[in-house]
Amino acid sequence: MDGEVRPLLRMAGIAKSFPGVRALDGVDLEVAGGEIHALLGENGAGKSTLLKILAGAQSPDSGSITFDGKTMSFANPHAAQRAGIVTIYQEFTLAPDMSIAENVFIGREPGPGPFVNWSKLAADTAAITRGIGLERNPMTLVRDLSVAEQQLVEIARALSMNSRLIVMDEPTSALSLAEVDKLFAIVRKLKADGISVIFVTHRLEEVIEICDRYTVLRDGRNVGAGAVADVTIDDIIRLMVGREITTLFAHREAGEPGEVALAVEGLTRRRTAQDPHATELRDVSLSVRRGEILGIAGLVGAGRTETARAIFGADPFDTGRVLIDGQPVDIRSPRDAIERGIGLVPEDRKLQALFLTQAIRTNMSIAALDRLDLFGIFVDERKERGLVDEFKKLLNIRMAGPEQAVGNLSGGNQQKVVLARWLALRPKVLIVDEPTRGIDVGAKVEVHNLLFEMAKSGIAVIAISSELPEVLAVSDRIVTMREGRVTGEVMRADATQEKLMAMMTLTSTAAAA
Amino acid sequence: MSEAQQAAARNGGGVDLFGLLAKFAPLLFLIVLMAVFAILEPRFLSSINLFNVMRQVSITGLLAIGMTFVILTAGIDLSIGSLLAFAGLVGAAVAKGGMQDRFTVGDGAVGYGWQLAALAAIAVGLAGGYIQGLAITRLKVPPFVVTLGGMSVFRGAALLFAGGGPISGFDRAFTWWGQGKFGPVPIPVIIFLVAAVIAHIVLRYTRYGRQVYAVGGNPEAARLSGLNVGRVICSVYVIMGFFAGLGAFVLSARLNSAEAVAGTGYELTVIASVVIGGTSLFGGIGSIFGTVIGSFLIGVLLNGLVMMNVSSYIQQIIIGVIVVLAVAFDTFAKSRRRKV
Repeated sequence: MDGEVRPLLRMAGIAKSFPGVRALDGVDLEVAGGEIHALLGENGAGKSTLLKILAGAQSPDSGSITFDGKTMSFANPHAAQRAGIVTIYQEFTLAPDMSIAENVFIGREPGPGPFVNWSKLAADTAAITRGIGLERNPMTLVRDLSVAEQQLVEIARALSMNSRLIVMDEPTSALSLAEVDKLFAIVRKLKADGISVIFVTHRLEEVIEICDRYTVLRDGRNVGAGAVADVTIDDIIRLMVGREITTLFAHREAGEPGEVALAVEGLTRRRTAQDPHATELRDVSLSVRRGEILGIAGLVGAGRTETARAIFGADPFDTGRVLIDGQPVDIRSPRDAIERGIGLVPEDRKLQALFLTQAIRTNMSIAALDRLDLFGIFVDERKERGLVDEFKKLLNIRMAGPEQAVGNLSGGNQQKVVLARWLALRPKVLIVDEPTRGIDVGAKVEVHNLLFEMAKSGIAVIAISSELPEVLAVSDRIVTMREGRVTGEVMRADATQEKLMAMMTLTSTAAAA
Repeated sequence: MSEAQQAAARNGGGVDLFGLLAKFAPLLFLIVLMAVFAILEPRFLSSINLFNVMRQVSITGLLAIGMTFVILTAGIDLSIGSLLAFAGLVGAAVAKGGMQDRFTVGDGAVGYGWQLAALAAIAVGLAGGYIQGLAITRLKVPPFVVTLGGMSVFRGAALLFAGGGPISGFDRAFTWWGQGKFGPVPIPVIIFLVAAVIAHIVLRYTRYGRQVYAVGGNPEAARLSGLNVGRVICSVYVIMGFFAGLGAFVLSARLNSAEAVAGTGYELTVIASVVIGGTSLFGGIGSIFGTVIGSFLIGVLLNGLVMMNVSSYIQQIIIGVIVVLAVAFDTFAKSRRRKV
């Protein structure tokens, strides 16, 4: 690709801040006409925000967008579509109970006036869908299509709007290998017709296979861009990870781990018709010993959280078994799991863990009410206050008093309340999912130290995190997952961010070794 | 400033005026309303009138105690008026020993006594609540729909049971529960206040009460904390049914009659009492104390309007407007909380 050619799209110096976060800090993105452009980066690198700005769903704080030589500012998604930029999100925006034709031309049905010319609607739709290999009656309901076919409906909608640039956000994540090949054939055809595609994916092999150029973001900044032909997967991984390996997070001296406390064998969960986008689990097996911290690394959608929830009885699974101290156990609900000595600190503490309007005291004791029993029905509030006092000191929770609403605490202190809730039960196994998400650096270190303390006291800890430095800092042993499968296992001493990233993103892990 | 000090500043020392106001607004409003009526109509403050207000409030107040449990779980029960009518008729039929003596007046009627009558009314209430609770938790039908259906079902059952007519004329031991007094205090008022104290203790001090607040505050978090969310939700409709049955018994005793049209429109008055008392329709926030104040507030308002000869049509309009305003305030308070 000749760099002198005037690009179709030029985003320059795009900046965007949210309260407390600088999501984009002067990002540039250039896409030429008829080019397939890979936009790459870790979770939280700023890809989504950049694409939302391009789609008109959010407005930038500063920076400019030039499309086809004209300066643009999109007030809303409709304006972006009119200009010829269509975004196909990972979660489709189709109406399942309407036909293919209605979905393709939604809001732009051929008239006269307020009436719909159904035969023209069907004919126009068929003309587009045949071109991309969707051989279906245009009146078929979208609900009855496979995920891959639904994606084609999205593409047909984009083509019906005469778009010049189609943004595809992880289009292959829900597809089988054969379907991916078909999709790539269509994408190449679009390219041949002069349509540009921005391609977001976590599968780096796909970048090499289909993309012409790439742009890599990290922490809201550009860290690299160029022709795909000039780089290897390893180069891209280095760019994506590339932050200074700081000594911010201290390691711990791992003790000698004890017996296996929890083992999972062949955990499998398939998608159901109700939830076709759910992350599948495919034969997941792992184990954690007393006094050990097992890290699980993987990108969003890799099945980390789903594995944790299945173990904890929060979601059902199809086959596989869970063993505690070597004995198979039947866990059908979180209640069962708690009785077996398992605790879960869920990934979203506000939605899944806390009663925000209620007191710290009641938030901390809710799972331990059995142990605070007084005369069979009452809560022993003297004991309860003792519990709050104990954990306030132990975890260094900064709060005004036990009656303070937990929603008024800082993120770090909220997370400590959740940890206290489980520690009060003296669990055998504690699973922490994104234990430091959204909390400041100082509190992160404190939470890490708490995990160390827990392991030291003999608890088997499973730590899930999207942040590789965190996984590397807290874990004794690390398991990586990708698309519902365990893809590898390393001891902390042998692990690097690059190695983990390769294990998380590549189909064959051998390639990264 | 340290984080602890900041936290203290956010919460301590009356800085949270809004929260304080929200907590005591109903009580304040009640006092102001009573003062206004007392000035406009001196008879209002007579002890006879005040006990009269309390007696009128006691039936809907009993229902409001049950409704507090339901609304704390972010649910609603529209069936209570109908369930009350049905339970009242069944209880009355038991008191009269069947349907053949249904109009025989006084102690002459052969029956099973007030004890069995009360038990029968309460049993009907419990069963009605349990069935609805199961429909909500097992069939996953929203409470609004289940109890809207129940509203029609129980009213139909009541009409069917009594052939549309009343059952009246109980013995003195029965009617004492509605018409009797302990000193100057009407018995229904005592029943209401005792029930309120017990309900307050249950919600505030028992493990079960904690579970009700937790399920209402965040059902997913409650589930992940090991609570049986379905059972807690089902239980609040059973409790609501208990109070519908108890209310039915007391109402029958007060009127010396049970009718299929009894309790019509109670759901609005009762929900209004609970919401005005500060219990959030979004669940997880509220108290029995608030509900008692809310019940008195509605009672005082209606009584004052009657004394000032305001038409009962206008009273309906006023109640409706107050409910909407109370919910608007609740929504506003929720958006304030979210910003914290």
